[in-house]
Amino acid sequence: MSDTTSGPVLAADGRPLKASLNRALRRQKLRALMLIAPLLIFILVSFVMPIADMLFRSVENQIASEPLPRTTALLPDWDGQGTPDDMIYEALARDLAVAVEAKAHTRLGSRLNYEQTGISSLFRKTGRGVDEIGEIAQDVLEDTNDIWKERDTFGLLFGTPAWVEAINAWDVEDSQTRGAAPTFDANPNFAEQFPGTTSLYASYVLQTTSEDDNPLGEKPWPILFHVLAQELPSAAPPSGVPENLALALGEASAALNGLTLDDPKAVFLDIDDDWGDAAVWTTIQTYSPAYTNGYFLNSVDMQKGLDGPEWRPENEQIYIVLFVRTMIMSLSIMGMCVLLGYPIAWLLANLPDRKANMLMILVLLPFWTSLLVRTSAWKVLLQQQGVINDTLIWYHSTAVGKLLDPVFNTLLNAFYAFANAITWGWNLLNNVWGGVDATYFDWAAQGFERLTLINNQTGTIIAMTHILLPFMILPLYSVMKTIPPSYLRAAKSLGATNWTAFWRVYFPQSVPGIGAGCILVFILSIGYYITPELVGGTKGVFISNRIAYHISSSLNWGLAAALGTILLAVVMGLYWMYDKIVGIDNVKLGG
Amino acid sequence: MSSLPPYATTGQRIWHYSFRIICGLIFFFLIAPIIVIIPLSFNAQNFFTFTPEMLALNPEGFSTKHYEDFFTNSDWQLALKNSLKIAPVATILSVSLGTLAAIGLSQSHVPFRRAIMAILISPMIVPLIISATGMYFFYSNPYIPTPFGKIELPFTLTGTYWGVVLAHAALGIPFVIITVTATLVGFDQSLTRAAANMGANPVTTFFKVQMPLILPGVVSGGLFAFITSFDEVVVVLFVGSAGQKTLPWQMFTGLREQISPTILAVATILIAVSILLLFTLEVLRRRSERLRGMSPS
Repeated sequence: MSDTTSGPVLAADGRPLKASLNRALRRQKLRALMLIAPLLIFILVSFVMPIADMLFRSVENQIASEPLPRTTALLPDWDGQGTPDDMIYEALARDLAVAVEAKAHTRLGSRLNYEQTGISSLFRKTGRGVDEIGEIAQDVLEDTNDIWKERDTFGLLFGTPAWVEAINAWDVEDSQTRGAAPTFDANPNFAEQFPGTTSLYASYVLQTTSEDDNPLGEKPWPILFHVLAQELPSAAPPSGVPENLALALGEASAALNGLTLDDPKAVFLDIDDDWGDAAVWTTIQTYSPAYTNGYFLNSVDMQKGLDGPEWRPENEQIYIVLFVRTMIMSLSIMGMCVLLGYPIAWLLANLPDRKANMLMILVLLPFWTSLLVRTSAWKVLLQQQGVINDTLIWYHSTAVGKLLDPVFNTLLNAFYAFANAITWGWNLLNNVWGGVDATYFDWAAQGFERLTLINNQTGTIIAMTHILLPFMILPLYSVMKTIPPSYLRAAKSLGATNWTAFWRVYFPQSVPGIGAGCILVFILSIGYYITPELVGGTKGVFISNRIAYHISSSLNWGLAAALGTILLAVVMGLYWMYDKIVGIDNVKLGG
Repeated sequence: MSSLPPYATTGQRIWHYSFRIICGLIFFFLIAPIIVIIPLSFNAQNFFTFTPEMLALNPEGFSTKHYEDFFTNSDWQLALKNSLKIAPVATILSVSLGTLAAIGLSQSHVPFRRAIMAILISPMIVPLIISATGMYFFYSNPYIPTPFGKIELPFTLTGTYWGVVLAHAALGIPFVIITVTATLVGFDQSLTRAAANMGANPVTTFFKVQMPLILPGVVSGGLFAFITSFDEVVVVLFVGSAGQKTLPWQMFTGLREQISPTILAVATILIAVSILLLFTLEVLRRRSERLRGMSPS
């Protein structure tokens, strides 16, 4: 030992022990990460990216900027007074020409129609008339030189020779097996002198190739002539153009001198007066930026107004009500689960193991049974002509039922009075609850008619309590198992009554279980879709049903994404709480 | 609790028995809806309630015609076939990746363990409707995000078999991770060291020593993953198309549009499957506990 006191401790291979241990630790970490990596990548691709995509979509706003790139680039500068200047109408004419060919204008119209009614028909009407812009220029050019009647003239002028060759080669390939068309390559001489025509021709190429056609073999749009005619007189003659084309350009330039072209603003106003309406333009302007908070405003019943966010009209406010109703119903379900789950968990935790295991099967069987099976069971049971109602009717017809009915009648009427008091409270939230189902409380008064148990909140709460009850019982049970029964005995031997012993000694120790179960049930119920959809009718549905509606029926995906983002934020907050209370590592399945 | 002491007062006696009655009623609430389905599925009529003949136990009130319908109707058979095609593949995918990752996660030094765990568990926590929404958007137009913009991939996953399998595998993974890591807690690491000491390479060690011991956990994780996929309806509604219609999907549309008693027959069959599953899991749990009791930890 005496010779190593000065230097560092060495490992067997002569390296310092510290470095050697560090290296071993690093290798161990790396090996662990290598084992985790495939799954992590899999989850990132198949799950995390979709969620991120949804979050992105809730603020993304390509609804106007994608079909109307030129217009939306200019619109932010408009001051919102009167009508926009001619430049913007000109840009809109070009954008719409492309959009109409791609049939994107009707989609844009119906989307903007959510914000202002009437825009949908305005766009559809305009789509039918917009192609007349450019006909004057086309006629003039075609009169000067027959070359303008050739379909490939624009391509020969504005594309590079290499691109023309590539596109022709692509065209002769088999349309079933060929790949994507070669991307348009603008002739640099022209791009500089004719920026507008080049950009529009690029859009034209994109559109025709997306229809599997050769841009050189299709009839060019009139608007192309219109834009060319605008840019031609002021442009310097470009170099490197074949002689016949240069000649044609020169002739056209001379013929266009002093000619009045189509005025897009006049054409638009002629198609529909609404194009002179500042409100229409404000709507387009509001949705021009690439990102928007519009969907989020929409999902809390607000909208973009002229002076920032404002409330929607009273009769269009549905989402806050829906969120609050989702919360209240989830809380009711959670409360029912605690009420029904606590005694069961207590019984299971305090029975001898053999008996407890037998009874546990009764909890686990529903837990393992398909969700659809349980929901269909409730649908069958709760129907107007279902088993529960049949049983009740049969019961009232028996001698016992006839004898006891007055008693129940009195009891139910007392309950009814009590319920009325609650109803008064509910009525404060009347909109939220969608009105209390009077029949539910009026049962006795109605002379024992069949109950309406389905297609309302009652149905949703009953079915979902049944479905989520195991999720309450299992965590409660696992916490109660850890409470030594001797504590209760000690409390009682010290003179506590049964109730005091339970309330002061046992209950506080079971609170973590209640907390865990409550959060679990609440997280699960707040995002439920299937059961409310099937037994909830119109009043008993949750926010998730609205999300599904926006995805599959109204196709307002941005709003669906925004509603989903809010729901996700709530669930993540609760998840974080659950992690703090229980720890995600301690999640147990099936007891 | 189990028995009443002889010195109990009358009040305690009343409470004792009424508590038992209350618990009995709650158990009844839990189990009755599932049990009621079974006799109703043998109804000879197209009703969802007990007919007088059934209540009189008249054999004419019962028939197996709804089962015959299930086994002959092409819609139901296609749905069954799809379910059996999707769930096993999704299960294999999530079990193989999940077990590997669980072994990695249970090593002693894993950087960012909590964060990784949170990501891997998240498919279980995020509401299905949100997962379905995200998957519907992303799978219909998958892309690779780069700092310079999206690179769009030239295929779509919505409406394809693999899209549904991928989505279901992602949903099943948390269950595999949870059960397998729980089993690995009781796994004695010195066994792998002993194997290595005797000259086994890591792969041999894994298959000969570790795998047999953690197999119960892996199988029960797999069962969870299987039932998750087999039962799942929200995601498949969004990601799948008519060609991927599964059994729960067919039940869902049946319940929503034209409610036919065949659903009850299917439900009964599924209840039998879940009883079988419950039994298997219980056997596995017992075996796992026995093995854990054997290991000298």
